[in-house]
Amino acid sequence: MTDTLLELKDYSITFRTPEGEVAAVSKLNLKIGRGERVAVVGESGSGKSQTFLGLMGLLAKNGRTSGQALLDGKDILKLKPRELDHVRGKDVAMVFQDPMTALNPSLRISRQLTEQLEVHGGLSARAASTTALDMLKRVGIPDPTRRFNLYPHELSGGMRQRIVIAMALLTKPKLLIADEPTTALDVTIQAQILDLFNELTAEMHTALVMITHDLGVVAGLADRVAVMYAGRIVEEAPVDELFENPAHPYTAALHASIPRPDQDVDDLAVIPGRPPNLMHLPRGCAFSPRCAHVEDDCIDAPPPLDQLAPQRCAACFHPLSANQERSLVHG
Amino acid sequence: MILNSAKRELLEAELLSAEGLAPKGRSLSGDAMRRLLRNKAAALSLIVLALLVLIAIFGPSFLPFNYEDPDWTSFRGPPDFAAGHYFGTDGNGRDLLARTLYGTRVSLTVALVATLVSVLIGVLYGAVSGYFGGRVDAIMMRFVDIMYALPYVLFVILLMVIFGRNVYLLFAAIGALEWLTMARIVRGQTLSIKQREFIEAARASGQRSFKIILKHIVPNLVGPVVIYATLTIPEIIATESFLSYLGFGVQEPLTSLGTLIAEGSAGMETTPWILFFPAGFLVALLMSLLFIGDGLRDAFDPKDR
Amino acid sequence: MFRYALRRLLSTIPVLWIAVTVCFFILRLAPGGPFDGERPLPPEVKANLAAHYNLDKPLVEQYLIYVGDVMKGDLGPSFANQDFTVTQQIMSGFPYTLTIGGSAFVLATIIGVFIGCLGALYQNRSADYWLGGGLLIGLVMPSFLIAPILQLVFGNELGWLPVGGWGDGSVRFLVLPIIVLTLPHAARISRLMRGSMIEVMSQNFIRTAKAKGIGPRLTVMRHALKPAMMPVVSYLGPAASYLLTGSLVVESIFGLPGVGRYFVGAALNRDYGMVLGTVIFYMVLIVVLNLLVDIAYAWLDPKVRMR
Repeated sequence: MTDTLLELKDYSITFRTPEGEVAAVSKLNLKIGRGERVAVVGESGSGKSQTFLGLMGLLAKNGRTSGQALLDGKDILKLKPRELDHVRGKDVAMVFQDPMTALNPSLRISRQLTEQLEVHGGLSARAASTTALDMLKRVGIPDPTRRFNLYPHELSGGMRQRIVIAMALLTKPKLLIADEPTTALDVTIQAQILDLFNELTAEMHTALVMITHDLGVVAGLADRVAVMYAGRIVEEAPVDELFENPAHPYTAALHASIPRPDQDVDDLAVIPGRPPNLMHLPRGCAFSPRCAHVEDDCIDAPPPLDQLAPQRCAACFHPLSANQERSLVHG
Repeated sequence: MILNSAKRELLEAELLSAEGLAPKGRSLSGDAMRRLLRNKAAALSLIVLALLVLIAIFGPSFLPFNYEDPDWTSFRGPPDFAAGHYFGTDGNGRDLLARTLYGTRVSLTVALVATLVSVLIGVLYGAVSGYFGGRVDAIMMRFVDIMYALPYVLFVILLMVIFGRNVYLLFAAIGALEWLTMARIVRGQTLSIKQREFIEAARASGQRSFKIILKHIVPNLVGPVVIYATLTIPEIIATESFLSYLGFGVQEPLTSLGTLIAEGSAGMETTPWILFFPAGFLVALLMSLLFIGDGLRDAFDPKDR
Repeated sequence: MFRYALRRLLSTIPVLWIAVTVCFFILRLAPGGPFDGERPLPPEVKANLAAHYNLDKPLVEQYLIYVGDVMKGDLGPSFANQDFTVTQQIMSGFPYTLTIGGSAFVLATIIGVFIGCLGALYQNRSADYWLGGGLLIGLVMPSFLIAPILQLVFGNELGWLPVGGWGDGSVRFLVLPIIVLTLPHAARISRLMRGSMIEVMSQNFIRTAKAKGIGPRLTVMRHALKPAMMPVVSYLGPAASYLLTGSLVVESIFGLPGVGRYFVGAALNRDYGMVLGTVIFYMVLIVVLNLLVDIAYAWLDPKVRMR
C-alpha cells in the first residue's frame, strides 16, 4: 500500500456545447496522499469544482472525462455507474457548497443519515441509527437525539452543514472532497466548520481536498496547495511556502488581493482584466493577458508545469523569486 | 376536455417556489419569437391555425350553400362534389361544410370574447391583489383557491338553467370562470414587478395606486398574459363544445362545433361524415392551439422543457 | 399532522355554508323558479314544494329550516319528478358515479405518475416522444369525441365491448366509460409529473443523494418521488372537479344511471330543485376530496404543516 491515495493522470474534462467543445480541465496531474490535506484554489471557472465532480460521476450530461483517476490504483473514471456507486459515498465522499439545498426537504435527517450505512455497510436500521447518532454528537450538534428526527428546514444553516459533514464521514471514507463548504455560511460559523474538518479528518486519517477561492481558508487547514487557472494547475506547493514565496504571478496576485487591516493603502488590490474565456484561450500562457510580469515568450506557448523544488512546481516561464512579490499589484 | 395541463405545470412550479412568486417578467423579444418559430410543431400549428381561421371567416362566402337553408334534394347525403356538398349534408338537409365553417366561427368568437373577459378580470384581480399585498392579497387569493377547486362547468350550467340559454351569457359565464389561473399568474408577476425601483419612484412622486397599477404594472404583464391567454383559448373552446354537446350551449339556428359533434355522434354508424368533419376541425383547432401555447411557453423560458 | 387536518376541516365549513346560502336564494329568487308563478307546475309538485319550503313562514325561518334540512341530507323535492326527492335520486345514482369516477381517478393518477416518471427519466429519448405523443391524443380530443369513436371501434365494429348501459354491472360494461374518463386526466397528470420530476432531478439534494452512492433506484424512489409528486397532488383537487364534470358527458353517452345523467336531465328540464340539490351534493363531495388532498399534500411537504 503506497502513500498515494488518489492520482490524477492527464485528467481532462470537456463539455459539448452548441458553440463547440469547451475544455474545463486540461490534462491535470495531481497526487493526493493518504491522510493528506490538499487545498485546490482558483476563481470561478478555473475548473476546480468540475475536476472533482467528474471523479464522482456528477458532471452535467454534456460532460466527458478522459485520462485516468487512480484511487488506490483503480481507475474510477472507467467504472460503470453501478460500480461507481460502490465507491462514492463509501470510499470517496463529497460535501457541497450550499447546506440549505443539499438536504432533501421531504425526508427526516435520520433517514438521510442512515441510508448510507444501510446501503454501503449493510447495517440494520437500529445499528445505523446508533452510529448516525454518534456521528451527530461528534460533529457537535446539540441535543442530537431530539434533532435526529427533524426535517432539514427545522435546522439552521450551520447545523445543516454539520449534518452534511456527518453524512459524508459516516462511512469512514478514505477521501473527503469539500467544495467551498463555508462560502454560504456566516463568518463565525465558518471558523467552527473549518475546525470541524480539521479535527475529524485528522482523527479518522481521512484525506481531504478543500476546494476554495479563499486563501484565508487555506491557511488554517491545508498541508499542500494546488492553484488552478483556466483548467490547469499553475502552481503546487506546501502551504507555508506558497504564502511566503509564491512562484506563479497568479498566486502572488491572489495573495496580494486579500484585504489586510494592517496595510495602509488607498485602493484595494485587484487582479486586472477578466477571467479567461475557456473557448478562446490565448495561444500562450492563459494568465498572460493579466500578468504584470509578462514577457515575449509567455505569449507564444503555454508554459509546462516545471518542478522548481522537490515539493514545488509552477507553470511559468518566469516564476517569481522571493523579492519580486512585492511589486506585483497594480491598483 | 379542459386543456390546462400546461398552465397547471407552470402554476405548480410557481407554487412550489417561495410564496408563489412567478419567474421574472419577460418581454416579448424578437429572440423569443425566433425560438418559437424554430419549434417545428408550433410553426406548423401557426399555419394550420391561420388557415382554419381564414377559412372560417371567408370560406362561407365562396360556398354555394349557406348554413341554415335546407337542400330539399339531399338529406343526410354523403360528400358529393358534383352537387357542391363537399362535406355532405346533415339530417335537415343543410350543407355540412357551411355549417362546419359557421360552427368554427361561433366557437372561435366565443373563445375570443370569453378569453378577453377572463383576461380582463384576471389581470385586474391579480394585479390589485399582488399590488396591495398583505391582508387584501391573502383574502383575495383564498377566494381564488376556493373557487379553483370547484367544478366550473356545473355553475355555468346552473346559470344557464336560471337565466336561459343566451349566447352572450355563455360568453360572459365561461370567461368569468376561466380568470382564476390568469389572476394567480398575474398576482405572482405583480409581486415581483412591485419590487422594482421604478414603482418606488412612482409612489414617491405621489401617483395614486390604481394609476400605478394601470400605467406601470399592467404593461409589464404582457408577456405572461399572452402565453396564458393562448393556453386558455383551447380550454374555452373545449368547454363551450362540451356545453353545446350536452345541449346547454348555443341554440338553433346558431351552431358550434360542439353542437355539430353532438348531432354527428347520434348518427355515427350510418352517417359518419356528419361526425368526422366537425370533429376533425375541432381537433385541428385544439391541437394547433396547444402546440402554439406550448411553443410560446418554451420560447420564453427554454429551461421549462 | 392531526391538528393540521382539523384546521383544514374547519375551514371548509364557511365555504359550504356560503354555497348553501347562495343556493337557497337562487331557489327563492330565480326567474322561472317555482315561486315565480310564471311556470305552470303540476299540482302535486306545487303541493310538495309548498309543504317542503314552508312558504308561509318568515324568510329567516325558511332559511334556517333549509340549512337544517341540507345538513340532515334532505335536499328537497324534485320539481320535475314528483315521485322521488332529490336526495333519493342522487343516492340511487351515486354508486354508479362513484364506481366509474373513483376508478378513473385512481387509474389516472397511477398511470399518469408512472408515465410521467418514465418520460422524465428517459427524457428526450424515443420512449419519451412516443409516450408523450400518444398521450397528446388524450389531451386534445374531448371526451365526447373519444367516446363515440371507441364505441364505434370496439362496440360496433369489433363487437368486443358493449356500447353502453350498465347491464349486469360486470366489468365489460365499465371498460369503455372508465377509459374515456381516465384518458384526459392521465395525460394531464403525466405531463405534470414529467415536468415536476425533471425539475426535482436537477435539484441539489438529488446531487447529494447520487454522491452518497445509494444507487439510482433509491435516489428516484426515496428522494425524488415525494417532492416530485407535490404538484400532482395539488392538482388532484381540481382534477376531481374535472372528473366530475367529465362524468356528465360519459354517463350521458354511455347511458349510465349515475348522478351526472340525472343532473343533465334536470338541467335540460329546468328542474331547479334537482339541479341545485345536485350542485350542493357535488360541492360537498369536492370539498371533502380537496380536504383529503390537502392532507396528502401535507404528508408530502412537511413545511406545510407548520403554517
